[in-house]
Amino acid sequence: MHNSQDVKVPFGPQHPALKEPESFLVTLRGEKITASSVKIGYNHRGIEKACEERTYIQDLYLIERICGICSHSHATAFAQAVEEIAGLEVPKRALYIRSLIGELERVHSHLLWLGVAGHEIGFDTLLMYTWRDREVVMDILSLLTGNRVNYGMNTIGGVRRDITPAQAKEVLKAVDILEERTKYYIKIATQETTIIDRLSGVGVLSKKDAISLGAVGPTARASGVARDVRKDDPYAAYGELDFKVITANTCDVYGRTVVRVQELMESYKMIRQILKDMPEGPITVRAPRKIPAGEAASRYEAPRGEDFHYVRSNGTEKPDRVKVRAPTLANVQAVSKMLEDRYLADMPIVIAAIDPCFSCTDRSIVIKNSGAKNSKTVPWEVLHVQSIEWYKERRGIDFSALNKKYAKAFKI
Amino acid sequence: MSAEESIKQELENKFPFFKDAVVIKRPRRIFADIPQERFLDVFNYLVRDMQFAHLCTITGMDETETFGVIYHLSRDGVVVFSLRVHISHDNPRIKSVTGYFLEADAYERELEDLLGIKVEGLAPGQRYPLPDNWPKDDHPLRKDWKLKSEEDHA
Repeated sequence: MHNSQDVKVPFGPQHPALKEPESFLVTLRGEKITASSVKIGYNHRGIEKACEERTYIQDLYLIERICGICSHSHATAFAQAVEEIAGLEVPKRALYIRSLIGELERVHSHLLWLGVAGHEIGFDTLLMYTWRDREVVMDILSLLTGNRVNYGMNTIGGVRRDITPAQAKEVLKAVDILEERTKYYIKIATQETTIIDRLSGVGVLSKKDAISLGAVGPTARASGVARDVRKDDPYAAYGELDFKVITANTCDVYGRTVVRVQELMESYKMIRQILKDMPEGPITVRAPRKIPAGEAASRYEAPRGEDFHYVRSNGTEKPDRVKVRAPTLANVQAVSKMLEDRYLADMPIVIAAIDPCFSCTDRSIVIKNSGAKNSKTVPWEVLHVQSIEWYKERRGIDFSALNKKYAKAFKI
Repeated sequence: MSAEESIKQELENKFPFFKDAVVIKRPRRIFADIPQERFLDVFNYLVRDMQFAHLCTITGMDETETFGVIYHLSRDGVVVFSLRVHISHDNPRIKSVTGYFLEADAYERELEDLLGIKVEGLAPGQRYPLPDNWPKDDHPLRKDWKLKSEEDHA
C-alpha cells in the first residue's frame, strides 16, 4: 500500500558522504529506511576488454591499476592464474615475498579503513592517529617496492625485487611500532564506550544472511562465517604460515571493527614469520611469452575479502578472456540487508563498514623542478616536516609528545 | 579418495551422462562442461545436495560459434567447481540463478550488458555496469566489437 509518509531520497553518484561514485535510492518513513537500492558501475573502465588486446605482461600492469588499495591483490591473483596455465613452478622465495607485500598491503588497508570508520562516526581523532600510523607502513612499502601504491612487485613467474637483510631489519622495526599502536586501537575498540555504543547493533547482518547473500572477507567473518581464502585455499606462502582466522559473532559494524583490528595483529605475526623463514634462492622463473591454451580460476584474500580471477588463454601472447570479481561486488547485496529498517544516520558507517574499494591517489616522492622562477626541489623528508609544522601552526594538531614517547620506546 | 575425486564420483553416479565431463585440474579446482538442457538439474544438485553454497562469480565469454557461461561455485570456500554451459550465439538465452543466489543479480546483469546474453527470470532493475546512455544492442565483450567514435554514442 502506498504510504503518503514515505519519502524517496537519492544519494549520489556524487555525494559528500560517499567516497566513490555510487548511488543509493533510499525510501524513508520518518528517520527509518524502509527500502534501498544501489546502483554502481560509474567506475567501469573496460579493463577486461582491454586485457584481451594486450600481452600478459602488459595486462599485469593494467590489472594492478584496478584498485589503488588492493593493487597487489589483483596483480597476484592474475599472475597466479597465468602461472597455473603455463605450468610454472614459482620459486619459494618469490611466494614468501608475495605474501609479505600482501600482508603489508592488508595492514595499510585496514588502518586506512579504521580511520575512515572513525571519520564516519565523527571521531576524527582516530582518523588522524590511524592515518599517521599508516604512513609507517606506506614508507616500508615504498622502501621495498619503490612505490607507495601500485607496487609493481609481481611478474609472471615470480617477483621483480628481492628483499635485502637491511630492508628486512627496517620492516621488523616498523612492525614493532605498528604492533604497539595497534594494541592501543584494540584497547580503544574494546573499552571506549563511545565506539562500542555507536557501532553495536548497527548494520546487522546475521550469519544466515551473510552466507546466503555471498558476503566475503571481514564482512562475512564479523557475522561468524570463518571463511578466508588464505586458510581455505592457500596460495603464495600461506600454506606454511601460522595464523588464526579472526571472527566475531556480534554481526554488526562493531564486529567488523574488532575483526579488522585483530587481523592486523595476525598480519604482524605473519610478517615476522615470513622474514624469519624466507628461504634463499631465485625470485623468478622464466615465463614464456606465449601462454599455452588453457584456463584457470585464481583466488586471493584481499583486505576486503575474496578476489576472484578467471583467465583463459589460447596459445598466443594475449589472453582470450580475463574475468575479475572484486570483493565489493560480492558484498554489495549485503548492504541493502544491513540498511533495512535502520536509521538514516547509520547509513554512512554501514556503507563504510564493508570497506567499499575506492581509488587512492598516488603521491610524488620528489617534486620535480619545473625550471620556473622561484621553483625549488623539495626532498620527501623536508616535505614531511613541513606538513607536520603546517598542521601544528594552523590546526593546533601536535604529536610531538607522542612522538617523543615512541622514539624513546623504540630508540628511533 | 580425495575430496575432489569423491565429488566427481558422486556426480557421475547421479548423472551418468556426465561421465568424463568432470575434470580435476588441480587440488581444489574442478571444471565441467554441461549441455544447456541438463544445466539446471546439475546446478540444483550441486547447490542443494552437495552444499556448493557460495557463488564466486559468473564468467561469460564469446567463443565465436557459441557463448560460454561459467558458474564458479565453491563449497565451504575450499573447492571451486566451475560448471560451464555453451549456448547458441544467434539467440543467447540462459535461466537466472538469482533464485539460488541473490548476489548473482550483478553477475547476470554483466552478462546482459557486456555480452548481450538474455537472462530469463532476472528481475527488472537498473543496468550494470555500462552507463545509462550506452546503446542497448552494443555489447563490448563480444569478439567482433570495435571501438566506435564518440559521435556514434552521442
